[in-house]
Amino acid sequence: MTAPVIAAHGLTKRFGDFTAVDGIDFEVPPGESFGLLGPNGAGKSTTMRMVGAVSQRTAGDLTVLGLDPDSHGPEIRSLLGVVPQEDNLDTELRVRDNLIVYGRYFGIPRSVCATRADELLGFAQLEEKRNAKVDDLSGGMKRRLTIARALINEPRILMLDEPTTGLDPQARHVLWDRLFRLKERGTTLVLTTHYMDEAEQLCDRIVVVDKGAIMAEGSPSALIRQYSTREVVELRFGSERNAEAAVRMAGLVERIEVLPDRVLLYADDGEAVLERVTDLGLHPTTSLVRRSSLEDVFLRLTGRSLIE
Amino acid sequence: MTTTLTDAAVAAAAKPRRFGAWYIAEHQLRGMKAYGWTIVAGSVGNPLLYLLGIGLGLAAFLDQPIASGADGLVDYVWFVAPALLATAAVTVAMDEFTFVIMAGFKWRRIFWGMNASPIAPPQIAAGLVISVVLRMLFTCTIYYLLILAFGAVGDPVTGALMPLVGVLGGLAFGLPLMAFSASLTEDKGQFALVQRFVFTPLFLFSGTFFPLTTLPVWLQWIGWISPLWHASEIGRTLSYGSPPGAWPVGWHLAVLVVLAVVGWVVARRVFVRRLRAG
Amino acid sequence: MTTTTTEPTHKATISSLYARNARAVVARGLKATKSSNWVIVLSGFFEPVFFLLAMGLGLGTFIGDVELPNGTSVSYAAFIAPALLAVSAMNGAVYDSTWNVFFKMHFGKLYDGMLATSLGPLDVAFGEITYALLRGGVYAIGFLTVMQVMGLNLAWSAALAIPAVLLVAFGFASVGMAVTSYMKTFQQMDWINFVMLPMFLFSATFYPITVYPGWIQGLIKALPLWHAVELVRGLTLGVLDGSMLTHVAYFVVMIGLGLAFTTVRLRALFLD
Repeated sequence: MTAPVIAAHGLTKRFGDFTAVDGIDFEVPPGESFGLLGPNGAGKSTTMRMVGAVSQRTAGDLTVLGLDPDSHGPEIRSLLGVVPQEDNLDTELRVRDNLIVYGRYFGIPRSVCATRADELLGFAQLEEKRNAKVDDLSGGMKRRLTIARALINEPRILMLDEPTTGLDPQARHVLWDRLFRLKERGTTLVLTTHYMDEAEQLCDRIVVVDKGAIMAEGSPSALIRQYSTREVVELRFGSERNAEAAVRMAGLVERIEVLPDRVLLYADDGEAVLERVTDLGLHPTTSLVRRSSLEDVFLRLTGRSLIE
Repeated sequence: MTTTLTDAAVAAAAKPRRFGAWYIAEHQLRGMKAYGWTIVAGSVGNPLLYLLGIGLGLAAFLDQPIASGADGLVDYVWFVAPALLATAAVTVAMDEFTFVIMAGFKWRRIFWGMNASPIAPPQIAAGLVISVVLRMLFTCTIYYLLILAFGAVGDPVTGALMPLVGVLGGLAFGLPLMAFSASLTEDKGQFALVQRFVFTPLFLFSGTFFPLTTLPVWLQWIGWISPLWHASEIGRTLSYGSPPGAWPVGWHLAVLVVLAVVGWVVARRVFVRRLRAG
Repeated sequence: MTTTTTEPTHKATISSLYARNARAVVARGLKATKSSNWVIVLSGFFEPVFFLLAMGLGLGTFIGDVELPNGTSVSYAAFIAPALLAVSAMNGAVYDSTWNVFFKMHFGKLYDGMLATSLGPLDVAFGEITYALLRGGVYAIGFLTVMQVMGLNLAWSAALAIPAVLLVAFGFASVGMAVTSYMKTFQQMDWINFVMLPMFLFSATFYPITVYPGWIQGLIKALPLWHAVELVRGLTLGVLDGSMLTHVAYFVVMIGLGLAFTTVRLRALFLD
């Protein structure tokens, strides 16, 4: 096995009394697409900032590209591409100039910046917008431009913090497609997300984080196999009657989750369970049989849902 | 694998480590280009208007010299010209070290983008300062050429140092302001207060339009702490020499340097703390 | 400019611009002043006071008295004080009708919210102008008080300087609104300063315009600030004559044209 590009052992970050990241361990081998999945405030962004060498760890060991971020921040950041949670494009510059100016931060000669900027505009499907003002771009285009900007230095690791939060479904799919191409080219991706579909689409391996600690680790399918059943039946009886119905269905499956708006029944054969619910004389207003997702894994691990 | 990556990282960081501040300055100058014509028009128009309105108009009305240099009384326009030049630099500082700084952290957030690159926070702060120094130098040089054209300089040779003094005055005012602006997380109109209670009084009570000693002693302290007064007095000395009893130039220089250095040290710390906080 | 209009565009009348409810906009301005930015609003009062102290006391020591066209002479401070009052009326009105409106329009998105209610753009315009005038009136009273305290011997007619200042402010604000409607970036707002600065420096603010050759005097007399300065100066010094009616008439015309221009612009922006 090749040496990891990121290795964290007992990585900890405290702000005063508050522990944002509580002694986590993980390693990312080159070429892997690695996801940190968890709700808001789980410590994902703080972890990203420490890996990105812009935040000092309080305790533990961390090496990125074989270097310690505390002493070699500029070296690490030279080979990193960072897509922050909140866009920070320069709205006073035009689209293409944003790429060139950013490339200059890495000491890349102007002519090389210009060539790469044109390639990246193609990659980000923004050729027609090259001379547009940033403010005139849609949310999805701004994100693609931010990703293009993060690639200007041909990074070995691309870090994406909540890459598709706030985008409409179509824009998300366009973005995922671009990221998937990067993954195929062998770029190491590290991303945080609180969308399980995003993690399933993009990540080879995931760690589930909550309250600064790692709850589970594995590939999306392995995690689902380990912590959930093959299928899930979602039933809605109306918010008043969900709990009461859950009591009556207790014997049907080995695990039931009662959420404020719906009841989840975990089973390998969802249709069969649904029939038995009807046999009990229960009539949900809506019912849905679906495959288990990381959302269910998270619910199982923490007792809370990812998006509240 | 990792060793080669490590070597690559070390090689890639060499240039940003050395030239990072200049890359930031390059970016800022590119941004200024968007409103380049406003800068040029302001740099030429403001001096012209002030020289005509104050240097000629008010001087004609005054019809008597009010200040003296090394060789006795001097024309009013000689007296005000160095102060107007220094004011121009301070005005640039007021422009570039307030909303631009807050925008970089908060509205445009571009400092966070810079922060994710190999460039370190002190270099980001330095790059901003370099770009503003260049803009000040441009404005002050044009100002100097115009006052020269108006015959408002005693000794054009030593006077040629005036733009540099203007820049130093601008930094003595601007760097502490930059530290203040960088420490603000919310816009509650603080800059309007700076404009009204710092900038305007400094402009008016710094011996700009009449010798500082004209003011009652209880108002003269404003001049003593004002970068504008010190820069103006150095400028006057360079132009026509200082009258007997004036502060030595070295003291004026020392005040300006101390203000600029302290401002820089604090600003640098605020940048590091803010960008590396999370 | 992104705004929504609920009216069909081809039958646009003044009533779709104006819902006779500018009061609501004024009330909002007063509330905002009270709850958040009263220090900043208050600070605006100090600007002319600082100028008066510095120029009147400092420069005044070299100038002594200024002789007026009618032969009487007054102290330099008494000469420039009314000019500073007029200048601050101009600055305040221009600031409120340009920078402030521009910021609310493009960044605060305040007007989008207002226009989504029954308020029309003219209500917003009138409301903002009225609020600006209220502020200007308060500053003027404060400044006249300072003048009196400084012993600048106000004439009885100085009381009329308050409505005069409001007239001046209204004139500048009505034109300022129309100009702002053309602005797209902050940097363009800087150009407004290029118009204000020469007026400030040359309009008999710090010295009589008789120092200039005749043709320059003519040029200055065509600009609004000179009329404002002369009007306010005549009133505070008690030098009253028929020329004051000319100054008043100048501003009445300016207000009329400014409002007409603003209405045309608002119609173009919001209804077409």
